[in-house]
Amino acid sequence: MADLRYESPETIEAAVALLAGEGRTARVFAGGTDLIVQMNEGLVEPSLLVDIKKIAETRRIIIEPDQIRIGAAVTGAELGENQQLQAMWPGVVEAVELIGSAQVQGRATLGGNLCNASPAADSVPAMMAAGARVVIAGPAGTRETPIGEIPTGPGRTSLAPGEFVVAFLLPKPPARSGDAYLRFIPRTEMDIAVVGAGISIVLNSDGTCAAARMVLGAVAPTARLVEAAPEILVGNRLDEPVLQALAGAARATCSPINDKRGTIEFRTQVAGVLACRVAKIAWQRAEKN
Amino acid sequence: MSRNLVTATINGDEVEFSCSTGQTLLEVLRGELYLTGTKNGCGSGDCGACTVFLNGRPVNACLVLGVEVGGANIETIEGMAKDDQLHPLQQKFLDHAALQCGFCTPGILNMAKALLEKNPDPSESEVRFGLAGNLCRCTGYDKIIRAVLDAAAEMRASGS
Amino acid sequence: MSNTENRAATNYQWVGKRTRRPDGVDKVTGRARYGDDMVAAGMLHAKILRSPHAHAKIISIDVSKAKALKGVKGIITSADIPDHPLSKPPYPPIINDLHDISRNIMAREKVLYDGHAVAAVAATSERIAREALKLIEVEYEVLPHVLDPREAAKPDAPILHEDQFTFGVDPAPEKPSNLFRSVSGQRGDIEKGFAEAEIVVERTFSSEPVHQGFIEPLSCIANATEDGGVELWTSTQGHFVARGLCARLLNMELSKIRVTASEIGGGFGGKNTIYGEPVAIRLSQLTRRPVRLVMSRSEIFRASGPTVGSYSRVRIGAKKDGVITAAEAEIWYQAGAFKGAPVGRALDTFFSAYSIENIKTTAHDVCVNRAKAAAYRAPGAPMAAYAAESTINDLAARLGMDRVELRLKNAVREGGESLMGAKYGPIGMIDVLEKVRSHEHYSAPLGPNQGRGFALGYWLHGGGLSTASVNVQDDGTITIATGSPDIGGSRSSMRAMAAEELGIDLERVIPIIADTSSIGYSHLTAGSRTTYATGMAVINATREAIDKLRALAAKKWEIPVEEVNWEAGHACPADTARGDIKPLSLTELAGMAPKMGGAIAGHSAINASGAGAAFSAQLVDVEVDPETGFVSPKRYTVFQDVGRAISPDYVEGQIQGGAVQGIGWALNEEYVYDDQARLQNTGFLDYRMPVASDVPMIEAVMIEVPNPNHPYGVRGVGEPPLVAAPAAVASAVENAIGKPLSSLPLSPPKVLSALGRARAGDD
Repeated sequence: MADLRYESPETIEAAVALLAGEGRTARVFAGGTDLIVQMNEGLVEPSLLVDIKKIAETRRIIIEPDQIRIGAAVTGAELGENQQLQAMWPGVVEAVELIGSAQVQGRATLGGNLCNASPAADSVPAMMAAGARVVIAGPAGTRETPIGEIPTGPGRTSLAPGEFVVAFLLPKPPARSGDAYLRFIPRTEMDIAVVGAGISIVLNSDGTCAAARMVLGAVAPTARLVEAAPEILVGNRLDEPVLQALAGAARATCSPINDKRGTIEFRTQVAGVLACRVAKIAWQRAEKN
Repeated sequence: MSRNLVTATINGDEVEFSCSTGQTLLEVLRGELYLTGTKNGCGSGDCGACTVFLNGRPVNACLVLGVEVGGANIETIEGMAKDDQLHPLQQKFLDHAALQCGFCTPGILNMAKALLEKNPDPSESEVRFGLAGNLCRCTGYDKIIRAVLDAAAEMRASGS
Repeated sequence: MSNTENRAATNYQWVGKRTRRPDGVDKVTGRARYGDDMVAAGMLHAKILRSPHAHAKIISIDVSKAKALKGVKGIITSADIPDHPLSKPPYPPIINDLHDISRNIMAREKVLYDGHAVAAVAATSERIAREALKLIEVEYEVLPHVLDPREAAKPDAPILHEDQFTFGVDPAPEKPSNLFRSVSGQRGDIEKGFAEAEIVVERTFSSEPVHQGFIEPLSCIANATEDGGVELWTSTQGHFVARGLCARLLNMELSKIRVTASEIGGGFGGKNTIYGEPVAIRLSQLTRRPVRLVMSRSEIFRASGPTVGSYSRVRIGAKKDGVITAAEAEIWYQAGAFKGAPVGRALDTFFSAYSIENIKTTAHDVCVNRAKAAAYRAPGAPMAAYAAESTINDLAARLGMDRVELRLKNAVREGGESLMGAKYGPIGMIDVLEKVRSHEHYSAPLGPNQGRGFALGYWLHGGGLSTASVNVQDDGTITIATGSPDIGGSRSSMRAMAAEELGIDLERVIPIIADTSSIGYSHLTAGSRTTYATGMAVINATREAIDKLRALAAKKWEIPVEEVNWEAGHACPADTARGDIKPLSLTELAGMAPKMGGAIAGHSAINASGAGAAFSAQLVDVEVDPETGFVSPKRYTVFQDVGRAISPDYVEGQIQGGAVQGIGWALNEEYVYDDQARLQNTGFLDYRMPVASDVPMIEAVMIEVPNPNHPYGVRGVGEPPLVAAPAAVASAVENAIGKPLSSLPLSPPKVLSALGRARAGDD
């Protein structure tokens, strides 16, 4: 077994140099709640762990004039304690807070949840619905890209060697907007999502929908945009025919698998149910804003 | 695998230990420092038996590496009682018979302590969800919840 | 909370009181030492190589590369574990066939399940041991596998054991079979009974294997010495049974193995047998160093026994007034890779709560390619109760009769008898049912999408061999030693019973669990027998010590011992007119003893009989989300005859713990295999046991109908709560959705599917 090394750089540049220098056997180490489990199971055998938790940019939540910048190594617990974020993007916060137990929340990060690239990651549908972008540092410098570009399949991302996610950017929510995230699990806690649904909507002054984005998780290799959702919702209210159409669109978006967590039939059915429920919650939040 | 020398504060004492890079904090506590009060139930963060405090936050020690806790403040079950005084939670667990085999107890005590630090007046539901990361197979949770609620009341009354 | 009703009100000082347990402080401070908390100087760490195939011949094993790895000190395979011939009939109810155990500990000719042990390494660190496993080369010839017991019993099924022929068939079969045996029990005339019936209800059911789910992994340390002795430290429910199995397996003398039971972090039957102990012993003998073996969580799920899975069929015939005239049940048990499903219990448990004239029950013990089944809290009973109680509930519905009324109509009473012939003395069956009916939960209103379930559970607890030693120290404090590992607070009860007998303060009595060399044989802490049988031994030993204290006082007073009484911790003259003789306290007598004949001690080794039947009735309310099939238990009340609750807190604890295990069994716990019969959910993430937010408070209503065969009226309490629970929860879900559900666990897809059928109008 290769000798495993550990480094904890204090700057982005130092981290990039370490990652680029080591190549594909280096792993970014933040909360470790996925990585350590995978190392123990022998699924991954890194040669170098690059701990990014000492890099200041990865640990801060900054409310900027036009956006919110959340460091990739901010923990779920810290996110949940940020009242401004809670008020602006309750759906994103509630999604992150569903990850694991309170103990896991003390360690799990947005960056890890995204880059572990589980199809069932809870934060991803909510972040995608919110229109999040990620800030990536790499040998070629820094770039930004929509969050949905990152996961490419189960356990795989589009990050190039030497790149890592430094921060997440969330737009400031416009007036009369609301977001929400729901997931289905067989117990009340501690399960991986069988289906996840995130939504963000903006309402017109007359109460009809002005804009909408809905994303499903755990029903495809990566989180999936429900492309028909804006068409169904924009200009309308959330009445029975609209809900039924939304449920149908959600079901049609699914291409899930049968596995130990759910069957194709069950996931598809529940995706429709969650689509309606999450839309109602976001709508209520938007009406209050 | 290379060994690393790490210094951390554990239960108020400055402690120096060596560990290999892949060793978890749980393995360090139990195997290097012989602090066996923190238990290994699953090794993958699913049972909470290894709950300890890391810089004031409850975490699963099996999901923390030994090498990363240099300079950190760690509290384990061995540090919960002060001198010969049990913590109110420990006392209430005994009073309420909130343990049978006792294996999950250190983890649950730590998590309950963390819960009450954040929310000194939780509802039954908040206690249940707060402890959802701690598996117990013996008690069915009933007496555990009662013990935590009773300890919370006592701690509020005494201002602790 | 709870309440206790005494049939015979008695004024006890300690029995029945809520007292502090003696091992409590150690457990809340993290001091208590469990299996993996012990270290031995120079110890090595052992790891086991496990089969990735569900069924395969072992062609060859090459350990040479592993042996060469620096830090590896010893490697063993089945060549290092003695073989034993198959045991011959008659077969006891619980089969411990050394031929099977040898192969389960370390696979011989074949591997029979994913996770089956193939080799083991001892090395200077766990990491090196794991590395060494990767270097062991095993050549397999993969064979077809089978998991379904009904398929496995068919003539064309892949055969697990070429030397297993179905027992009890005449003429003896020529071809081997996975069906080890079928057993039947009957009473009366089943055909006549059905002929008399005015209504017949028949249903089929299935249940998945479920694991005991103890949070503490299986762990042991073995230390072999040059004179052929072995010290073993292990997390076990029975260190004498562990000693016996290890000794017989390894051809050692019993006295050469000294086993100490660590504190145990849960067992529930899963730690009634041996897994790593012989491996650790052999590696220690080979390396001449202590060897520690700890099974990881995934090893525990792959390779340690869950309870059996089942398929069953129940048919009940009754008169229109509800009297049951005939009851028939057949159950197929999925025993795992080796024979030994708890078939005897099944026969007994289906209908033993009822006095039915005509009964026939049949159980089949079938081998399949998964881990060898082990005991789990009332082995074989919860599945039988699920089938029987669900069918009886259906009968009630068809008759338009109240579910509890129907039970009362058919309830067994004192003087009745179980199917297998156990005669019932005073039992709490009627008391329990009447308490259900009069309880507020029974008629509380239900909300939308909610349902209420009801079921009854029966268990005949064990007696058996127990030994106790009571030693009076010369300062008047007492130590009591037993050979029963404490898995639920039994030390508390032992102390209470001894202090009660002696009439002294509880805190002066210190209970310990002695090792196998320091106390006489004691059977498992299992079968709900410990407070009963070991308690009886403690009481007997205490009484013997009291007799010696009386004799000492008699000697001091120069009066016959018959004229000395023992009251409230004192020896006093029986003749109250003897004002010249002052009572002597236990402390005073203890101080005198060394100079007057020797230390005072009592000892008792018994085979306790007179075990009682216990009944647990359960009401469960659940709420079902009609769009997702999610089931949420909302309210749970258990009504149980506990005989006499020596430690009420811990009796409640047993009831509450059993109920929640039942919730998990009914709703979410199951094993998931891929098409190669490899286990997919090997951890607590996907083997879904209830967490705190999944369950409500469990109200325990304790009814006391004392068992006259025990000095304090004890009845076993640990198992009945689980017997009734899956049935009660399933009944609630059926009630909520108005549709039958016949397959446990009732996971959301199954519930949703049943609802979907309802919506489509498709029955």
